[in-house]
Amino acid sequence: MSDLKESAASRAARAERERQHPSPIRELTLRELARWSWRQLTSMRTALLLLLLLALAAVPGSLIPQENIDSVKTTNWQAAHTTLTPVYRRLGLFDVYGTPWFAAIYILLMISLVGCIVPRLAVYWRGLRAQPPAAPRNLGRMPDSASYTTSESAEEVTARARQVLRRKRYRIRREPAADGAISAERGYLREAGNLLFHVSVIVVLVGFAVGSLFGYKGGVNVLVGDQYGFSNELTQYDDFAPGSLFRPSMLNSFDLHIHDFHVDWLQSGPRQGMAKGFKSDLQYQTSTDGATKSYRLEVNHPLDIGGTEVFLIGHGYAPIITVRDAKGNITYSGPQIFLPENQSFLSFGAVKPPTGNVALEGLFYPSALSLSDGSVTNITGDIGDKSAAVLSFQVWTGDVAKANEGQSVYTLNTAGLKQVTAAGGKAFNLHMGQTAKLPDGLGSVTFDDVTRWNKLQISQTPFKHVALGGVTLALIGLLGSLFIRPRRVWVRARETDGGTLVEVAVLDRSGNDEVGVVVSGLVAQLQGRVEEELS
Amino acid sequence: MSTHAWELLSNRAVATAAVVYFLALLSHLVEWSALVGRRRTAVEAPALVNAGDVAGGPAEPVSADASGNVAAADESREERVAMFGRLGYLLTCIAAAAHLTAVISRGMAAHRVPWGNMYEFTVAGTCIVAVAYVLLYARLKLAWMAPVVVAFVLVILMVGVLVLYTPVEPLTEALNSYWLVIHVISAALATGAFTLGGIASGIYLLKRRHPDATSGWMSRVPSLVSLDRVAYRIHAFGFVLWTFAVLITGPIWAHQAWGSYWNWDPKEVWAFITWVVYAGYLHARATAGWRGRNAAILAMVGLATLWFNFIGINYFSTTSQHSYASLPAVSSVLTPEGQNPTLTGNALGHNLRV
Ligand code: HEM
Repeated sequence: MSDLKESAASRAARAERERQHPSPIRELTLRELARWSWRQLTSMRTALLLLLLLALAAVPGSLIPQENIDSVKTTNWQAAHTTLTPVYRRLGLFDVYGTPWFAAIYILLMISLVGCIVPRLAVYWRGLRAQPPAAPRNLGRMPDSASYTTSESAEEVTARARQVLRRKRYRIRREPAADGAISAERGYLREAGNLLFHVSVIVVLVGFAVGSLFGYKGGVNVLVGDQYGFSNELTQYDDFAPGSLFRPSMLNSFDLHIHDFHVDWLQSGPRQGMAKGFKSDLQYQTSTDGATKSYRLEVNHPLDIGGTEVFLIGHGYAPIITVRDAKGNITYSGPQIFLPENQSFLSFGAVKPPTGNVALEGLFYPSALSLSDGSVTNITGDIGDKSAAVLSFQVWTGDVAKANEGQSVYTLNTAGLKQVTAAGGKAFNLHMGQTAKLPDGLGSVTFDDVTRWNKLQISQTPFKHVALGGVTLALIGLLGSLFIRPRRVWVRARETDGGTLVEVAVLDRSGNDEVGVVVSGLVAQLQGRVEEELS
Repeated sequence: MSTHAWELLSNRAVATAAVVYFLALLSHLVEWSALVGRRRTAVEAPALVNAGDVAGGPAEPVSADASGNVAAADESREERVAMFGRLGYLLTCIAAAAHLTAVISRGMAAHRVPWGNMYEFTVAGTCIVAVAYVLLYARLKLAWMAPVVVAFVLVILMVGVLVLYTPVEPLTEALNSYWLVIHVISAALATGAFTLGGIASGIYLLKRRHPDATSGWMSRVPSLVSLDRVAYRIHAFGFVLWTFAVLITGPIWAHQAWGSYWNWDPKEVWAFITWVVYAGYLHARATAGWRGRNAAILAMVGLATLWFNFIGINYFSTTSQHSYASLPAVSSVLTPEGQNPTLTGNALGHNLRV
């Protein structure tokens, strides 16, 4: 790599010459311009600037909410910042990591990287078989050198030097020098490590790009129970974030349902009453063989169905509610998913019967405690025997279907609706099994029972193993690049009147090493003072 | 021992460590002030000062009697410098041992790795800085770093105790992953290494202004070349660990826990920024015109991004409502906006990662 640096230096020198003596006759042809740009792009300085630019460009995405990361937050932010929003939108600041300018930086970096690696690979390939260079004339002038005189003959010293260096895995120059000086080198793998690292960066990027372009991530809330379930089709997802080249035909086909679900509650300590862990007994079928298989789904233990992975990432309660109209006809009956508001699973939800003119919105308390002032508070998420569970709701009447067209099923849009209240203007509070009669002959609401639901995240990330393999190789390369110490060693023994003069010099080729100790260790070994390696 | 007893032990050990660090700092300050005092002596009798690193000026005529006194005073001063330096190191070793005890007993109290929240991460992270310093002291000749390292560890530890303290809490499910353990150990080690390396780079920048200081603390700081080299070695070590933590174990764990190995959430983004800046630092050291000062500045920028990620993101980022300081329970991270899976992911993330 120092060869590379040298060539960079000579390139710089040439550029300097050209700057000082511009040739007025020669015009800048397109070809030269291209060559010049390529040289600029693949220079170390450009790589450095692009790296810093990449770091800088990544910043806004961490400070401004990102659409495809947290859409709700983004929408709220946009609503609160009406002047900035159009500007930010134009700049792509709500999707920083997908904008052309962000892509431009890393693509330039990759091109620069390739332009940098390819010539270096060639240089390395040639250098791999090259012999260590001959010894400089004056070893004593090298910054790290030493000399001593001995009564041994030059040959004896040289033979020992060869032996010592070979044991230390130095490559020793084959052609003997006229004056018998030895040239040795080691640490060739450093550059190999460096190249491996840079090549692997490209591999990682490819793996990552394929994963984000062709993959998807979706979420769905599935009720616990054999009668409910999920089949892997686009329409069944609650939310779905596909990569830009994803096609629905890439979905694996399978069905699953949650047979059973367990939560482990913390029984003591400051976080008592919170969920410690949860597990689902999942059953699933794929179209390939149709057999039903079971899987114990836990946090950190996803289920892999032919490359599609299912993760358990949340859970909650779904009160089973029956709504009747004035004539006693059932307009709604079944579990409705309520979303937890806090750690104690106080949950929020809405019931919107498809027919009729009544809708409910309210809170579910898994373990309610009535306070003396008549308000209700929730103690823990552990519902126990369900006797303390309370459904507290408000009732709205009007054209429910119209007001809620296209709205989330978890909330009620009350615009245009009229609220009806219980006696004293309060909310309706029901324990399990109780029924509330609605005023104005609107019918009744029964809180029958409660079941649970799971939030599943389902995703497909092709090439994830390529990305992982890439970073692993990059790490290995990095270890070589940073910790292998490339050195050259020269030993010259000359017989003089006062005995044999032995000169030793060591050159650190990485520029990061202190080789003074290496020199003294080598001298000690040559003098036979130590057997073992010192450095 | 019961959970409570371990927790108590941990708290006492933290307090002990802080007191001993303080004494170590005092000792180093005394050492330092003696060095500052040396200047006067050197000016008064330049020819007679035989400390090797003081440049001798032309000898001024000084009476034999007076010069003898000055030399003796100077010798005793040098002795005092050496003694307080040694004492400071010894105290730092004791403090670091107490500090390590605090981290381990915290783990025993919680029955898990002792870095489940910001307080614990602060205590463990400073412990790593201190232990690394103690261990590398002789090998990399770090004596000159002493006051800065000890002051840094002491201040951060005090901030941890006074601002971030949280009682022992049990682990939640998603933390029960050995990938997370490896992830956080390597991130903490890397943070420790980058901090030490950053101190070296910072001192490099200071030293650059007075490269030929012959007195005071700066005179004991190694040459610019060796400062730069020490900084590089520590950073290189940190970079490998950071790569492992942020680009290998982090994504593996994230994938297990949230189903997606890279989410661009603010924590990840800043970890990535830190990585890129340090890659820039390593490049800068190999780029003409960038080595030396600019590389050192980049190292400082890297350190700033690292610590911003640890402290700042939890408090200032608009996209992370779940601050690390107020741990939400893993299981209840679904909010009414919970239709978005990554929201849940984020909540998990801030809870679990550091
Ligand atoms: C994704 C972008 C890149 C990353 C993350 C990266 C990372 C690194 C790292 C960590 C080193 C440290 C090795 C050491 O200090 O010995 C390094 C060295 C090096 N990189 Fe890059 N690099 C990138 C792009 C490039 C590009 C585009 C070039 C070509 C201009 C390049 C050329 C080099 C060279 C020549 C070295 C060896 C320096 C030396 O050890 O003397 N890198 N790179």
